[in-house]
Amino acid sequence: MEVPENLLYTQEHEWVRVDGTKAVVGITEFAQDQLGDIVFVELPEPGTLVEQENPFGVVESVKTVSDLYAPISGTVTGTNKDLEAHPEQVNSEPYGKGWIIEIEVSDEKELEKLMSADDYIAQCEKEQG
Amino acid sequence: MTNVSDLKTTPLHAIHKALGGKLVPFAGWHMPIQFKGVMEEHKCVRDGVGIFDVSHMGEIEISGPDAKKLIQHLVTNDIEPMQNNQALYTLMCLETGGVVDDLLVHRFSDDHYFLCVNASNSDKDFQWILKNAGDFNAVIKNTSQETAQLAVQGKHAEALMQKLCDAPLSEIEYYHFRKGKIHNFECILARTGYTGEDGFEIYIDAKHAESTYKALIEEGKAFDLQPIGLGARDTLRMEMGYALYGNELNENCNPLEAGLGWVIKLQKDDFLGKSALKKQKDAGLSRKLVGIRLLDRGVPRPHYRVLKEGSPVGELTSGTFSPSLNIGIGLCYVSTEYAKPGTKLDVEIRKLNVPAEVVKPPFLPSRIKKS
Repeated sequence: MEVPENLLYTQEHEWVRVDGTKAVVGITEFAQDQLGDIVFVELPEPGTLVEQENPFGVVESVKTVSDLYAPISGTVTGTNKDLEAHPEQVNSEPYGKGWIIEIEVSDEKELEKLMSADDYIAQCEKEQG
Repeated sequence: MTNVSDLKTTPLHAIHKALGGKLVPFAGWHMPIQFKGVMEEHKCVRDGVGIFDVSHMGEIEISGPDAKKLIQHLVTNDIEPMQNNQALYTLMCLETGGVVDDLLVHRFSDDHYFLCVNASNSDKDFQWILKNAGDFNAVIKNTSQETAQLAVQGKHAEALMQKLCDAPLSEIEYYHFRKGKIHNFECILARTGYTGEDGFEIYIDAKHAESTYKALIEEGKAFDLQPIGLGARDTLRMEMGYALYGNELNENCNPLEAGLGWVIKLQKDDFLGKSALKKQKDAGLSRKLVGIRLLDRGVPRPHYRVLKEGSPVGELTSGTFSPSLNIGIGLCYVSTEYAKPGTKLDVEIRKLNVPAEVVKPPFLPSRIKKS
């Protein structure tokens, strides 16, 4: 299972790539594998305010619906429009073409609440039992 | 949370794990929901051939001088015209007309039959049959435990199975079966299924299931066979608009509304539910089960509301993403005024009204081999 070192993670299986004041968000390899074939991603409109740990969208696989939680508070500055036609990119490239939204971070301190790759791996191992 | 150790397992449990199956609780069983993924498995069955473990399904054998009379009393369809080695889809109803189960009747001979029933209902059905067997001179046996069932479905099913079968499979017509051998084990080979593709369902002694399954997987390599989980089993049946017990059918539903009038033979002698069903038919139907196809993106799910100009007109009994059509599809009971194909409705998905239209199932043409 791929868990890139340079990203931060949430308990809800989102990843965050911080670049200055911007944060790009997606779901992890573990999450996409658990969900199975993703067929629909509900994206917020750019400009939407999102709050850390609150739902901002939905990802649907053939079998299940799962909320997406904002890893950090801020304003949505971009969404991955490709996912409308190609939601399967979340499965095939969860850390690349499968990115979901970009957020202008409002409070950098919130980043401290996120997990490192090592901590996240430990959580996944625990969940798998 | 269901405790996995309380769940029943099929004889193929270990091999599912070894093949990378994702196992989940289903109707009291620990079953693979998927192997490589629902989409790929679905397409594998539509384009080639796939193998399903459906050993969780129940089998009930009925034999004896009154076997036929007893089954006629229990089921809504007419088994009188059945020939040996023929299968028949039917319902078993309560006196109220509500559905106890939907099932297949297989006739070995005039006094010997076996029923294939839903996994979730097999104990209930067996008790129901015993309770209503009264003075009928018949032996009723629940053989679910010792019987495994495999489904090989898709256009290459016959060619693949023929490599392991002695019986000439091309001679078995749709909804017929015969006893034969597969991989040298006695079994029942039935040309039936739940996918809308040509294919077979194999009933075999549980002891021989694993070895037979492995042999089919091995021979299947030449046909790009894949193991298929319950996820794709559901999307495949949904595209055909086949009813699923627990979703479209239950003890409170009206099977005439479900479009199953064709298996309810009101002209036949008394059977359980007949007078209620006759009354319902005479009164005329107020609702009908229809197919719903989304016209925009989104995935309809069971219990989502269906609206006409903002007012609720029904609730989806089933809903999924159709891998073949690449769009959301569902089934819903609606008032007959909205049942006409082409009627524009909305499906409420998380407060959003997604446009949809009524269609007459199947959602795509079936490719079963009707004789």
